[in-house]
Amino acid sequence: MTALSDTLAKARADGRAALIGYLPVGYPSVEVSIEAMRAMVAGGADVVEVGIPYSDPVMDGPTIQAAAEQAVRNGVGMADALRAVSAVADAGAAAVVMSYWNPIDRYGVERFAADLAAAGGSGAITPDLIPDEAAPWLAASDQHRLDRIFLVAPSSTDARITATATASRGFVYAASTMGVTGTRTSVSGAAQALVGRVRALMPDVAVCVGLGVSNGDQAAEVAAFADGVIVGSAFVRRLLDAPDAAGVAAVEALAADLAAGVRRR
Amino acid sequence: MTPDSAVPDTTVPDATGHFGPYGGRFVPEALVAAIDELTAAFHETQDDPAFRAELHALLRDYTGRPSPLTDVPKFGEHAGGARILLKREDLNHTGSHKINNVLGQALLTKRIGKKRVIAETGAGQHGVATATAAALMGLECTVYMGEEDTRRQALNVARMQLLGATVVPVATGSRTLKDAINEAMRDWVTNVETTNYVFGTVAGPHPFPLMVREYQRVIGDEARAQVLDRVGRLPDVVAACVGGGSNAIGIFTAFVPDKTVRLVGFEAGGDGVDTGRHAATITGGAPGVLHGARSYLLQDANGQTIESHSISAGLDYPGVGPEHSYLHDIGRAEYRPITDAQAMDAFSLLSRSEGIIPAIESAHALAGALDLGRELGPEAVILVNLSGRGDKDVETATKYFGLGS
Repeated sequence: MTALSDTLAKARADGRAALIGYLPVGYPSVEVSIEAMRAMVAGGADVVEVGIPYSDPVMDGPTIQAAAEQAVRNGVGMADALRAVSAVADAGAAAVVMSYWNPIDRYGVERFAADLAAAGGSGAITPDLIPDEAAPWLAASDQHRLDRIFLVAPSSTDARITATATASRGFVYAASTMGVTGTRTSVSGAAQALVGRVRALMPDVAVCVGLGVSNGDQAAEVAAFADGVIVGSAFVRRLLDAPDAAGVAAVEALAADLAAGVRRR
Repeated sequence: MTPDSAVPDTTVPDATGHFGPYGGRFVPEALVAAIDELTAAFHETQDDPAFRAELHALLRDYTGRPSPLTDVPKFGEHAGGARILLKREDLNHTGSHKINNVLGQALLTKRIGKKRVIAETGAGQHGVATATAAALMGLECTVYMGEEDTRRQALNVARMQLLGATVVPVATGSRTLKDAINEAMRDWVTNVETTNYVFGTVAGPHPFPLMVREYQRVIGDEARAQVLDRVGRLPDVVAACVGGGSNAIGIFTAFVPDKTVRLVGFEAGGDGVDTGRHAATITGGAPGVLHGARSYLLQDANGQTIESHSISAGLDYPGVGPEHSYLHDIGRAEYRPITDAQAMDAFSLLSRSEGIIPAIESAHALAGALDLGRELGPEAVILVNLSGRGDKDVETATKYFGLGS
């Protein structure tokens, strides 16, 4: 069992959802991004998604695009991401890589899996890789005992939800709304309906919800029906507003607010 | 490689959209349902005589097909005396080959009951064609265009607006076609319930490379018969420019089984492939995943897309359609770079020698034909796809040649 699966099981046993936070490695710099990930863990994040910045992030809204563009310009590579993974694992949280497929493809799928496992990572979330195209990754993640998190969306058919959840390990990522990443003022009703559909079809699979959550109240709302609450843009926003120690502190404060949210009864 | 092995499997792509190792669907799950629906509707309409007849009538009565084949002997004098024949896609309504594909996809949009279309555009030719088809069929239309391209192709921005489309300038990344596609994908994933993405080239996720090929193959189907009729034999070479590669696939497809016919695609060499400032994806790139498919692309060691450079907005793209990658790898087609300077020389030469102002995109194929003619000599017959007309490029050419007052 990976640290991720372990963490999700423990949260479930505690009767709460897990808090999963995302930050791209390399914004504003590799060092500060790693500090911010540690701060996120200190604030109460159970799982950190270590984002690999990509030049063409078609699933991301303006906030993550802005940070990623800067990180790409900084020349961030897989070695930096693996260093962040180790730092997160050392800080006591589960680390998963979040990456569009080409950076992993370019690095080499087998080499990525081996190096990620060696760095103490639990697996990877691949927003533009559907299981249909994932044969090499399925094999490599099996061999290195890594989790692989695929996405489902409100538009997914029942057949695709079943197939995607079957191919997934760790959890299934439920994209709560149709659209790109970014904070939203209210949590979409589609999220709960989608989680319900996944649960009905695949009762044993953990389902975590992402896209739009930005504060403790929204986290509490999602935590009521999901196994995990995923927060990305709101963390990135803190660093965009203050790309320094103040931003890192703001990341920790946000994590604390969200961590309280997922524990609210 | 023996000639026999160079003939590709006629079943490409396979049922899941793969051309050998290329193509496929590297897309967010949120789009899969819509893409499945589109794929099913495409296959259904390919076998539907009423749909085919409606599309054929539009191509004939609205676009003006078949497009003519023009001998250009004075231009040919500069190509070692070779006989050069131009397939005149520039004479289509809207001024390029893009309308062939767009009419098919717009009819398909109506068939699946969607009321809004989005498109990306580089030079603006695909955007203009989409805006035109949307006006004709009563669809709402939004076109994404890199900010850099809205500047160098201002005429086409105005045309799209006149046709009732909304043009959204994209200010991210390189501010060109690649980023326009990113932004169109973001729109699609958000509005997929109401919106169909009319994709302009033979790239992107399955079924686009197949679908756009089938809507564009009319170019080669017509040209093959026209050359046989005019010359009494097949051409020695078929030449086309390659950005994403839709006009090239359009003219190549009918000739792929003709083993004696060389297929040559001319990529945008920009300042020269060795300078790093180019858009010659197959010549200077490596296989990877971009915009939904596996194909050659310009990328760095970290898998980040490298920004392309070309004087031609329509070829200024760091990717290429997966079927071109496949045809390249099996040796059925060749791909060569043409620099900005070579293309502009050919642009000027065709204008002055034959009275035809080509699109700068198509001028890359013309420059390639000049080289091929000199290589092959006066007995050679070279068919060139003149994929678009140059009106939109007058400002770029004025600046390049220092014309005007």
